[in-house]
Amino acid sequence: MNAKKRGLSMTAKYNLTGWGFVLISVVMIGSFYFYPMIQALFLSFKTGTGTNLTYTGFSNYTRLFSDTTFRTALFNTFIYLIVQVPLMILLAMFISVLLNDSKLKFRGFFRTAIFLPAVTSLVAYSVVFKYLFGSDGLINAMLLKLSIISAPVEWITDPFWAKITIIIAITWRWTGYNMIFYLSALQNIDGSIYEAARIDGASAFKQFTQITVPLLKPVILFTSVTSTIGTLQIFDEIVNITKGGPGNSTMSISNYIYNLSFKYTADFGYAATVSYVIVILIVLLSFLQFKVAGDKK
Amino acid sequence: MRNPKRIFTYVFLSIATFISVFPFLWMIISATNKSVDVTKGRLLPGNYLFENLTKLIETTDLWTALWNSARISVLTTILSIIIASLAGYGFEMFRSKAKDVVFNILLLSMMIPFAALMIPLYQMFAGISNTIPGIGIDTVASVMLPTITTAFLIFFFRQNSKMFPKDMLEAGRIDGLTELGIFFKIFMPTMKTTYAAAGIITFMSSWNSYLWPLIVLQSPNQKTIPLLISTLGSGYAPDFGLIMVAIVIATLPTAIVFFVMQKHFVAGMTGSVK
Repeated sequence: MNAKKRGLSMTAKYNLTGWGFVLISVVMIGSFYFYPMIQALFLSFKTGTGTNLTYTGFSNYTRLFSDTTFRTALFNTFIYLIVQVPLMILLAMFISVLLNDSKLKFRGFFRTAIFLPAVTSLVAYSVVFKYLFGSDGLINAMLLKLSIISAPVEWITDPFWAKITIIIAITWRWTGYNMIFYLSALQNIDGSIYEAARIDGASAFKQFTQITVPLLKPVILFTSVTSTIGTLQIFDEIVNITKGGPGNSTMSISNYIYNLSFKYTADFGYAATVSYVIVILIVLLSFLQFKVAGDKK
Repeated sequence: MRNPKRIFTYVFLSIATFISVFPFLWMIISATNKSVDVTKGRLLPGNYLFENLTKLIETTDLWTALWNSARISVLTTILSIIIASLAGYGFEMFRSKAKDVVFNILLLSMMIPFAALMIPLYQMFAGISNTIPGIGIDTVASVMLPTITTAFLIFFFRQNSKMFPKDMLEAGRIDGLTELGIFFKIFMPTMKTTYAAAGIITFMSSWNSYLWPLIVLQSPNQKTIPLLISTLGSGYAPDFGLIMVAIVIATLPTAIVFFVMQKHFVAGMTGSVK
């Protein structure tokens, strides 16, 4: 009886010690993630400039529907998402399959080189890309010399090509990073599965679609979700490569939120409303990706 | 050896390598060239590196920006890995149902986009400015505080502390160490590689961070390296050679860490240590 009582109080003591260990983190994440998140929700129902804010109900939300800049920003962000994320995921998967060949020479070298872009700061590489893709920049010069194009492409100042430049830039920066996840997953696949498939006469393509892809499903899901979250928030590249231009043709939702809050006359209420659009999109798209990918989970 | 599939693999990987590495080469070459030559796309190294560097030091606040970036990144890294490892250890070693629920709630914060946080956070720190000036807008504390604790890092430490032998905990208790003593004297030294990986990834994201510093750091003497580069790059008559030197300087610390500690670096980024 006595021993049991002491045992219980010991457990209670351990339990309390455990809370002590996690306390700072819980307070920090509570104050710098969840609290501002709720604040933003309240803000989205307020209107006014600077700190002079009053509740207006849903007027900010109805404003979204007639706001053409918002529509442009939403459209651009979706273009980045729909084109760039699948492109990068496929490329990362493809490269990792090529690299996952134990007989390949210079494997480490290739891997390190392709991963290298992931060490750069977004601002630094964006500025480099801005000059490389300038009207009289090196990319145009090389393409002209190789006679691939006959006149310089306006990579930065043409509304269509500027979006392409942004997509090329993000793909350059993140493909190697995503590739690492696929490589480590591929290394965990038991080689004998492929052996058996080969004996059964399965082609390389069939092995890839029937064995590799299903086994990589969790990684595909993980990289798609994180890339989607990342691309929906794209900011640094656009500010430093195109400044959102020409016109608003490359502006993303995050750029618009920043402009609404810190560039134009500060409209925190409406900016918060726009930011909740990203929140809702992330929740919806992540949910969708989990649905599509996970029949079990 | 001569099968076409192999050849395709080598050709494809060589092209991918070239595309990945080329901007780095160009950036380094351009740092040694005159501004005019950079715009002309000169591909040969020049002898203007020293001149570009001198001009960069003379015309910009390079030292201030370097010092600000270094101070913020180092402090953030140290505090981050201590706070997150305490939590990761706590969640794993003192497991309970309630703690698991809290842990899962913390993980949800990874889904919260920064875009939705930046305005309330800005308001929060602008508000604090009047009462406690030391942590308000335009201070080192305001840049660091929201970024110190991330659910990713807590998760990372929790995953890795699963491999920490629990008998060492018991041994520490029998030796009469306090719970914190066990953490600092036994857990920390044993988990060195985990700390290295976590430290690298935190340092890198802090060194490279742009949007939040852009919002809170307003006076010129508080600017960090990414802010400096962004300002230089958007000037009306940019000196390209000078900017390339600044970019090389900004990239060096993370590149060096990458080459010296590649394994830890990748482990930190992908959130896994063997």
